[in-house]
Amino acid sequence: MKKLILGTAALALSAGMALAQDVVRLGTEGAYPPYNFINDAGEVDGLERELGDELCKRAELTCTWVTNDWDSIIPNLVSGNYDTIIAGMSITPEREEVVAFTQPYTPPSLSSYAALSDEVDLEGGVISAQTGTIQANHVVDTGATLLEYPTSDECVAAVRNGEADAVLADKDVLVPIVNEGDMVFVGEDTPLGNGIGMAFRKSDPELKDKFDAAIQSMKDDGTMNALIIKWLGEDSPRW
Amino acid sequence: MFASCADPSTLEGLNWLACYLTSGKHMAFYQSFLVVLALLAITAPAALLFGFGGAMAARSRIWPLRIFGRAYTAMVRGIPDIVFFLFVPVAMDQGFEWLRHKVKCPDWTEPVRQGSDFVVCPAAKLPLSTSPQWVHETYGFALAVLAFAVVFGAFAANVLYGAMRAVPRAQIETAEAYGMTPRQSFWRVLVPQMWIYALPGLSNLWMILIKATPLLFLLGVQDIVYWARELGGSKTSIFAYPHPDWRLYYFLGLLIFYLMLTRVSEAVLTRLTARLSHGQATLAGEAQRKAAQ
Amino acid sequence: MSCVQTFQDYAFRSLGYGERLLPRSDFTLCEQFTLIGSGLVWNIYFGALALFFGFFLATAVAVARNSSAWVVRKPAEWFIFVFRGSPLFIQFFLAYQAFVLLPRNGIELNLIFTHITAETGWLTRAWAGALVVLFLNTAAYSGEIFYGALRSVPKGDIEAADAYGMAGWKRFRRIVWPTMLRLAWPAYTNEAIFLFHATTLVYFSGFPAWQQKGDALYYANYFADKTFNPFIPYPIVAFYFILVTLAIIGLFGLINRRLNRHMPSESRPRLRIRPQVIR
Repeated sequence: MKKLILGTAALALSAGMALAQDVVRLGTEGAYPPYNFINDAGEVDGLERELGDELCKRAELTCTWVTNDWDSIIPNLVSGNYDTIIAGMSITPEREEVVAFTQPYTPPSLSSYAALSDEVDLEGGVISAQTGTIQANHVVDTGATLLEYPTSDECVAAVRNGEADAVLADKDVLVPIVNEGDMVFVGEDTPLGNGIGMAFRKSDPELKDKFDAAIQSMKDDGTMNALIIKWLGEDSPRW
Repeated sequence: MFASCADPSTLEGLNWLACYLTSGKHMAFYQSFLVVLALLAITAPAALLFGFGGAMAARSRIWPLRIFGRAYTAMVRGIPDIVFFLFVPVAMDQGFEWLRHKVKCPDWTEPVRQGSDFVVCPAAKLPLSTSPQWVHETYGFALAVLAFAVVFGAFAANVLYGAMRAVPRAQIETAEAYGMTPRQSFWRVLVPQMWIYALPGLSNLWMILIKATPLLFLLGVQDIVYWARELGGSKTSIFAYPHPDWRLYYFLGLLIFYLMLTRVSEAVLTRLTARLSHGQATLAGEAQRKAAQ
Repeated sequence: MSCVQTFQDYAFRSLGYGERLLPRSDFTLCEQFTLIGSGLVWNIYFGALALFFGFFLATAVAVARNSSAWVVRKPAEWFIFVFRGSPLFIQFFLAYQAFVLLPRNGIELNLIFTHITAETGWLTRAWAGALVVLFLNTAAYSGEIFYGALRSVPKGDIEAADAYGMAGWKRFRRIVWPTMLRLAWPAYTNEAIFLFHATTLVYFSGFPAWQQKGDALYYANYFADKTFNPFIPYPIVAFYFILVTLAIIGLFGLINRRLNRHMPSESRPRLRIRPQVIR
């Protein structure tokens, strides 16, 4: 009997929690164009900005945007500084041990190498990648020399100034850089990760479910694909 | 900013630069200089307060308090400040939330630690998740100030402890001869006189504090380093003002800012030393007295 | 995996020996202690070498700053001002950005007799580039300390040296320099401690890690990043640094005893490690 009362109390509390959470805080990095970046007006912009705003509208939630360094983006989620991560984060088993992911909103995307010339030794050379990403892990696995930087921009800069032979990053991030600059894609594209999803605290399943449903509805009516075309281009994989 | 900046892709040369330097992002960059100055202005007195407490604890006659004071002042000698900044704010944040959780939600049954999640009841969250963004930013800034104050308070405690011991013993003895209690002689004789002895150390501490401010960005505050990295990185045409990697120039700007801040501080502190030496039983005070005669 | 095995695999990981892959899951306390300790080798390398080389430059800077000739004094003053007046964090960053701008295939030095190609690539590597920055930085700070000590060398000592017919280099070497060191030593000990603390900034600003070879804080950060728990790795770093600090205090205390051995025992200054004098 006592157990039952406790159970209802917990239920009532978690219902209260959903109510209290009028404002959902979306955490992003703000340095990963075209997924998320700070535009010239100083606001968060990009695919995920538009996606997040649309998802909040569909889930009938009020949302605000918060930026946080990539380094500490998961610790700050689990300690409750914001409620979800929407920062081009690939779904990986290691991360799933700590956070709960929604279904992916972009299909498993490709990672590519970009370099100044196409005669680069991808296995014996120096490859730059962002610290704490699946790409950094992959470089270590291939046996190449990993050169780590805290942001993707610095990884690209390292190739330009000759520090690294090539950079490994999400293809969608490299496409505008290759199109507009002096760099070329090298080697095979590598599928890494299981697509990009939003991450939540494991103790927060209600909120996760709401966003999950919203993502599903966007996939169903084709708006998700339209967003992918708008921000990532025609060549990026779609649903 | 200017009306002509509506379409940056048509601009060239100086016009482009003028629009670029007044974009919303640059405005945030300029404001972040104020953030750094605000941090300095708030942290300095807060650290002094922590330091005063630490020095008093280290002099205390109650030994647990004395041990605590000594350990606190010894802390900065052993451990790099950056290591503190990497986990003290997180620890403080969780500590505060845990305390509020205990007070506000006594009948909460779920554990606070669920795996790696740190979950407190919504009413105990700091700040409440319903509060507007500026409250969150202010809270983050306050945590940063507190972390700085704890670390630099330990430095200040060292300085003040030394200064309290440097006040000539005769001064205290005279106070005792006048029948003052230890408390009275501490507040009326020791404290007013110790500042001149503490000033060289405190000026130095101020300089250290200035040079520690770039570490603010480690604490998640959007300070000048954050914006310099953000603005300086190369920009593709997805941005309104595409440009190559300009971080070197932005960081040179920061270097000049810090050098200027140091110069100004040096000038002010020199004047302050002259001011505080007035009427003191030190060489400098004596020299002033002679010059005035 | 036993702790001995972990030690064999990772004790010299920061130098590139042992297991190539860092642990990816099921992190043990032993792994954290071993890897962070392995990174400490770099902190000691940076600190010890910068201190050693910096000592000589600092002496030169202090003497230059004390000079009456304007052309010698001004550069020394500016050198001290720039390196003491700006954050080390920014110095690291700027140095790295400047080093990568140097031409890749070396600078052609056209001397009159011969062509020399100065290699520059190694400057962008932390082991060299960061060492250069730390060396200049500590030379500026210690230079200021030595300058202060130089100004307080008792007049009587120099007059006595003159009376003995000592002058120039001999007077400096035998009288001024040892006295300057003796006076500066407590403050210089502080500088040494802070320099070791400052080495944690190397991989945090500017200089990237190659093949996941980094210093103690780099590995601590790696673990904090993987375990999402900052409360274990960072205190381990703190623990290691307390040991390093105690070692420095011990070593500098011994040197202090030697520097003061001719003084009457009551007037020998005890080494008081109070961080008010420097930085």
